[in-house]
Amino acid sequence: MTDLQTTPAQTSARTTSPADATPLTGSPLVKRGLADMLKGGVIMDVVTAEQARIAEDAGAVAVMALERVPADIRAQGGVARMSDPDLIEGIQAAVSIPVMAKVRIGHFVEAQVLEHLKVDYIDESEVLSPADYVNHIDKQRFTVPFVCGATNLGEALRRIAEGAAMVRSKGEAGTGDVSEATKHIRTIRGQIAELRALYAISPDALYVKAKELAAPYDIVLEVARTGKLPVVLFTAGGVATPADAAMMMQLGADGVFVGSGIFKSGNPAARAQAIVKATAYYDDPEKIAEASRGLGEAMVGINVGDLPAPHRLAERGW
Amino acid sequence: MSSAPRIGVLALQGGVAEHAAMLQELGAEPVLVKTAEQLAGLDAIVLPGGESSTVDRLLRLFGLRDPLRDAVLGGLPTLGTCAGLILLSSGIEDPAPGQQTLEVLDVTVARNAFGTQTASEEAALTWGEDGATVRAAFIRAPVVTRAGESVTVLARHRGEVVAVASGNVVGISFHPELTGETTVHRHLLSLVASRRALPV
Repeated sequence: MTDLQTTPAQTSARTTSPADATPLTGSPLVKRGLADMLKGGVIMDVVTAEQARIAEDAGAVAVMALERVPADIRAQGGVARMSDPDLIEGIQAAVSIPVMAKVRIGHFVEAQVLEHLKVDYIDESEVLSPADYVNHIDKQRFTVPFVCGATNLGEALRRIAEGAAMVRSKGEAGTGDVSEATKHIRTIRGQIAELRALYAISPDALYVKAKELAAPYDIVLEVARTGKLPVVLFTAGGVATPADAAMMMQLGADGVFVGSGIFKSGNPAARAQAIVKATAYYDDPEKIAEASRGLGEAMVGINVGDLPAPHRLAERGW
Repeated sequence: MSSAPRIGVLALQGGVAEHAAMLQELGAEPVLVKTAEQLAGLDAIVLPGGESSTVDRLLRLFGLRDPLRDAVLGGLPTLGTCAGLILLSSGIEDPAPGQQTLEVLDVTVARNAFGTQTASEEAALTWGEDGATVRAAFIRAPVVTRAGESVTVLARHRGEVVAVASGNVVGISFHPELTGETTVHRHLLSLVASRRALPV
């Protein structure tokens, strides 16, 4: 963590060091760079070292270490917090792929702890109970990169302004119902396309757009100009089958988080590998069909429509 | 050169788009490679960064490992970056369980050799014999811990070997495609040009 960060938000610059500079850790480029290397991959929730090894063996690009998967957080209720450092270190010791871990929204001390543990990515996550109903973490102050959830473009751009180096559409975690994930990735992609169109015909309207999106103008302008987010966009929340993962990829996701969908299913090792295959060959129905065969029971799941509003996690985050 | 060289980018997982964009910028035609058939007619190939254990598994699950290995051994100019370097190597000191390599470059590598992501960094390197400065990004980067006699060391970082070449194969542990640094890709294209100049 850098205590004396005085530089302004570096959202558009891909590099911050001139050629002759001394080595530079924690720059936007290296933070976003790790997410770039995860593209086309599957990040899996795991609660034990054994599950982490199964995930790695199935071809996961990273694991998310946590105490309870979202389906159990939902079932058991209560306040959900950062995991015990012993659990996280046990998982770090078990695998060689990147290890991510979650902190509560706004809980910057949990983030300091995870940075001290040298996790590879922090997820400031609505799946845990929020610690601050006004502020998210000032992620620019950290060397470790952050991923944050978003249901729409404005939310994604606010997180990027705070320093998020990766965005995931939220979906509705712990349900096995992919409909919210579909809605969120479609919403974000649709809003990006809208900005791009506006840039071509009336760029002066982008000032009002920035106001409507409640996001900084310079990032809005960058998205309008390039037609994409300045960071990698994954999808999360409700992905339970190879076909679910491939659909998210065809809708424009750079990769997929799978939470409860793997280890709440009948045959986690087979399902994990099948989802990895379908994510890599997302545009090849023959390979997706092959990957979908004989996986046993998928997680039972909950229809999002049956969830009372206070239990919808995607609405957390501001 | 008669036509734009067709440069494959292995597209199973990882930082594929950045390499494709840089190759296009340099006047080459990038070709995304996900099947053995797509290896046909290439002038060179790039194995991008990503998660090396994931790419290794996908290569073997979908029968792409052996055709790719044969193409590289057959002289196809090849650049591996980060995970791509690991794939090219003849061995890994700390593999994921069951992880294999293509064994086409006589080096041993160590994965994540500088530490976890908090040690990832941007740095300037001195490249090759002419001593050009190269802007590099190291992301959970590997290093070369042993290089065979046929292997030339092209760059070091923090005392470790991070760029090597041997014949038609170049392996680097950093990401020039993220910093917009074209030196390494131009080196690959020069290998293509000299191969095309050979009498048939």
